[in-house]
Amino acid sequence: MNHLNTLLRKLPVWVVYLVLALPPFWYLYLGLTGGLGVEPIKALEHELGELALIFLIIGLSVTPLRRFLGLNLMKFRRAIGVMTFYYVACHLLVWLMLDVQDPARIWADIVKRPYITVGMAAFVLLLPLAVTSNNLSVRKLGAKWRKLHKLVYPAAILGAVHFVMLAKGFQIEPLIYLAIIMVLLALRLMPRAAAQYVQRKLS
Amino acid sequence: MAFRWKNDLTAKDVTPKSLYMNRRQIMAGLSGLGLASIGGKAAAEELEPNSYEEITSYNNFYEFGTGKGDPAENAHMLTTSPWSVEIDGLVDKPGSYDFQEIMSNMTIEERIYRFRCVEAWSMVIPWQGFELADLLDMVGVQQGAKYLAFQTAFRPEEMPGVRYAVLDWPYVEGLRLDEARHPLTIMATGIYDQRIPNQNGAPLRLVVPWKYGFKSIKSIVRITATDQEPPTSWNKANAGEYGFYSNVNPNVDHPRWSQATERRIGGGLFASRQDTLMFNGYDEVASLYEGMDLAKNF
Repeated sequence: MNHLNTLLRKLPVWVVYLVLALPPFWYLYLGLTGGLGVEPIKALEHELGELALIFLIIGLSVTPLRRFLGLNLMKFRRAIGVMTFYYVACHLLVWLMLDVQDPARIWADIVKRPYITVGMAAFVLLLPLAVTSNNLSVRKLGAKWRKLHKLVYPAAILGAVHFVMLAKGFQIEPLIYLAIIMVLLALRLMPRAAAQYVQRKLS
Repeated sequence: MAFRWKNDLTAKDVTPKSLYMNRRQIMAGLSGLGLASIGGKAAAEELEPNSYEEITSYNNFYEFGTGKGDPAENAHMLTTSPWSVEIDGLVDKPGSYDFQEIMSNMTIEERIYRFRCVEAWSMVIPWQGFELADLLDMVGVQQGAKYLAFQTAFRPEEMPGVRYAVLDWPYVEGLRLDEARHPLTIMATGIYDQRIPNQNGAPLRLVVPWKYGFKSIKSIVRITATDQEPPTSWNKANAGEYGFYSNVNPNVDHPRWSQATERRIGGGLFASRQDTLMFNGYDEVASLYEGMDLAKNF
């Protein structure tokens, strides 16, 4: 694990930003050229939403990976968090501009459709986190910064619930996302001593 | 009897084969240049049937998976020949009818219909098929019958999607007898003059163009005439969202999304929405529901 941590220390953070910034443009290109099938709007929307959930999960894994496996990704946590917000914003933008289109309907949907209300709530919770993801905010807010950034927990749950709520019939995939997020949050409740015991056992 | 209903979309609206086979490439190329379908041509689009590729690559047929592309990928596993349909219940001549036997007794005609999915997307499809009323006359429906119940094939070894309890398999649907006898209601056996592809419900499926797509049950193995309103799959899964009638109605929203507008498949990344029409534009069925509260009987 130490070997891997040393390697990771050599990887510059900007690489993470760059690599994660590209896929939405790739999907947009696919959508324009027929690569997303005959209904590219829904496909693009779904693809970006699912990637947002995946990066939320990766972000929430940083702490448990360090506690239980000794794998240190702390250096990349801000980049993962900021880019998660980027995917959520792209997903929302596709919904607004390409899917619903009509401003009157957008507001009606947010108020009337519970799965959209839930998704919007997750976005709103992530907003202050994106805005305060910089060194100045960390210094200025001090202890409050850590507290504020715990908002990612309810946002992650709401994001997964949003996916569960829009499925037709009984579908497994969204439930798997919700389950993974719940497990990652539950791991945080484990007492420090127990976590250290698990880490010794695993390493 | 056949030909009881006349298309307002006619054969000249059907794209010639050479064109529909590569229309998507053309569309894709245009949208790449930012030229295609940014409004303005909605009226012209209205009459143009979707390409063969669009109709056969974007499907809901959960027995083969819940993804839109899953049916096209997996439905080849379905054995459609031989095929027989069990017709029973309140009929004079119940029995197992071979698909070829049914076909030899029916008159095949073309119907170009709008197709509106409950998910708020739509297509225009050139079907070939026969009027369900003709099949009903062939077997003789008895006086007491008020409804028809339909059932899709259930074959776990040929249908990877039924491994998951997405719905209570087998898929079942139902119509009131007068709806079933309406000249618009057909059993489709072809698309674009070709045998209907498996992902579209081979070898024969129902098409009820004024109802949401899920009512048009695919790959039918059983039809039962009954005096009771039969259970329907989506209604069993979520009665608050899917009623027995499920007529296309822009004024009654699905609880999770609006039904006021729809997006025609094939417009690319910048397709605009268009207004959904009452009964999907088939006003001639309105008399079937006279005096009924369509918000309650959704």
